[in-house]
Amino acid sequence: MTDRLRIGFLPLVDACLPILAHEHGFAEDERLELTFNRDVSWATVLDRLLYGHSDAAHMLAPLAIAASLGRGRPAQPLAAPFVLGLNGNAITVSNALADMLGTDGELGGPIKLGERLKEVAIQRRNAGRPLRFGVVHRYSSHNYMLRYWLARCGIKPDADVEIVTVAPPFSADAMDAGEIDCSCVGEPWNSIAVEKGVGQIVLATAQIWRRGVEKVLALREERLEEIQPAVEGLIRAMRRAGEHFVDPENWDTNAAILARPEYCDAPHQLVRRAISDRLVLIQGKAAREYPDFMFQYHEAANFPWVSQAEWLYSQLVRWDGMEYDAAKAKAAAKVFRPDVYRSALKDTGDPLPTANSKVEGSVSEALEASVQGGTILLENNTFFDGESFDPDLLESYINSQK
Amino acid sequence: MRVAIIDESGPRASIIKEGLATLPGCEIFVVTQRSGLIARMAEIEPDIVFMDLGNPSRDVLEEYFSVSRALDRPIAMFVDESDDASIAASIDAGVSAYVVDGLSAKRIQPLLQTTIQRFQAYARLETELAEAQNKLAERDIVDRAKRILMTSKGVTEPQAYAELRQKAMSSNRRIIDIADAVVTAHDLMGDAS
Repeated sequence: MTDRLRIGFLPLVDACLPILAHEHGFAEDERLELTFNRDVSWATVLDRLLYGHSDAAHMLAPLAIAASLGRGRPAQPLAAPFVLGLNGNAITVSNALADMLGTDGELGGPIKLGERLKEVAIQRRNAGRPLRFGVVHRYSSHNYMLRYWLARCGIKPDADVEIVTVAPPFSADAMDAGEIDCSCVGEPWNSIAVEKGVGQIVLATAQIWRRGVEKVLALREERLEEIQPAVEGLIRAMRRAGEHFVDPENWDTNAAILARPEYCDAPHQLVRRAISDRLVLIQGKAAREYPDFMFQYHEAANFPWVSQAEWLYSQLVRWDGMEYDAAKAKAAAKVFRPDVYRSALKDTGDPLPTANSKVEGSVSEALEASVQGGTILLENNTFFDGESFDPDLLESYINSQK
Repeated sequence: MRVAIIDESGPRASIIKEGLATLPGCEIFVVTQRSGLIARMAEIEPDIVFMDLGNPSRDVLEEYFSVSRALDRPIAMFVDESDDASIAASIDAGVSAYVVDGLSAKRIQPLLQTTIQRFQAYARLETELAEAQNKLAERDIVDRAKRILMTSKGVTEPQAYAELRQKAMSSNRRIIDIADAVVTAHDLMGDAS
């Protein structure tokens, strides 16, 4: 019997894995029929998930946690058994700000760039015209990565600059209209700003946290229990899609699929840049390779590490001005479901980490990690400031960031 | 009660406005422009906001509401956290509602019901219109197919139609599909046919 799963998504390149699982027949091999609900706001993706229009959704990892904790909506426990990818976002500044920063089309390091940005930000704040940053959502890794970076560079996100929500498709227009000076958004929307000649890409979020958790596949916890066998099939299909996605042989085919009107509705060449980790930073310049810009497959990238959920909780507490609460921390950690991921892949030979948590940002040189039946190599996963996050020390990590 | 309708579709906003205008004590504001949305909200100071689910500015609006909590004007999603049926009904109809905390459900329900009905009515109109347009387009294709057959085979119009109909029946397809195939083949062959 074929199970039917309805999947909600926003037109972004990192919705790729369920889409490609469908298009290449990997889902069909698992006796799954996937249908897609394309929306244009996260609020609607979330509402459709909560009220049963979708079974599962492409979702900002922090939003899955915020929804489970009842931020902005009545609390509904969500479950994320699969990470759809790491990073894939970039920071784009307006041409005017780029001139002030003197970035000249190099992906400058976050520290050097942050020092220059601080000077400009303080000048503008003192002049009563603070720099405005657009992020895609209050509960997004974009917002948290941007804030992490700014705060570490000595820029107070809620006092020295303004951070506002801008829907990804309007990010370039908002920059053109002078409504924002800078944006942190996923692809293809940075590249679209570059192609329109309104801004320059200056940083990738992978430069802030080399293995930053980005989107997850989210379901209502209750729904997951009802349809777990089908979800496990989807997980296997998406792992195969990931293997296909990272193979350079398939970049053209996959870019053409994702570019279609029913998915990203974006130019093929721009989609291809993101999936090949090659970005054009300034209009008319040659593409530059940026390793690990998007990270969808290797190193068990899709494994929902509980420590990632806990890091996101630490940032939610930090930026929503809350206090650490052990019960809430536990509820947040419970959103990530390594047990389901393991159950789905246990007999497939796919590497399965033996632990549920790890110290995030602790690997600066390649490290062998034990997985069922062997080891995998974990590469650099550091935060740009050299800090690491030990989930056993969650409360003191939160306090240290006050 | 101050009600804001945010909808990029002007006609639908008018239909909702007209419906709400029949309710007593409602001052209604329609916002169809995307730019300057937040500034408009601050001017209007609505007690209730209705916004269609397909509006890309929903995240922007929710961000504004979560920030405006600090301004002592808390706004909760939907009518009442416990009123799941109303929420589900509004999501099904394609509309989201944001309501200032503390407004009684008794005052809100008629507004929400009216808005949901108007949304559904508009969706029906759109479906009917799409169907009518589709039918017109289909009739146009069948007419073209008939003319092609009349010219190329020298048959009368009723004969051409009978041939299309017979082919459809014998191949278990619809007449429009056969007509479409005839037109496509004719276009491909160009002057040669």
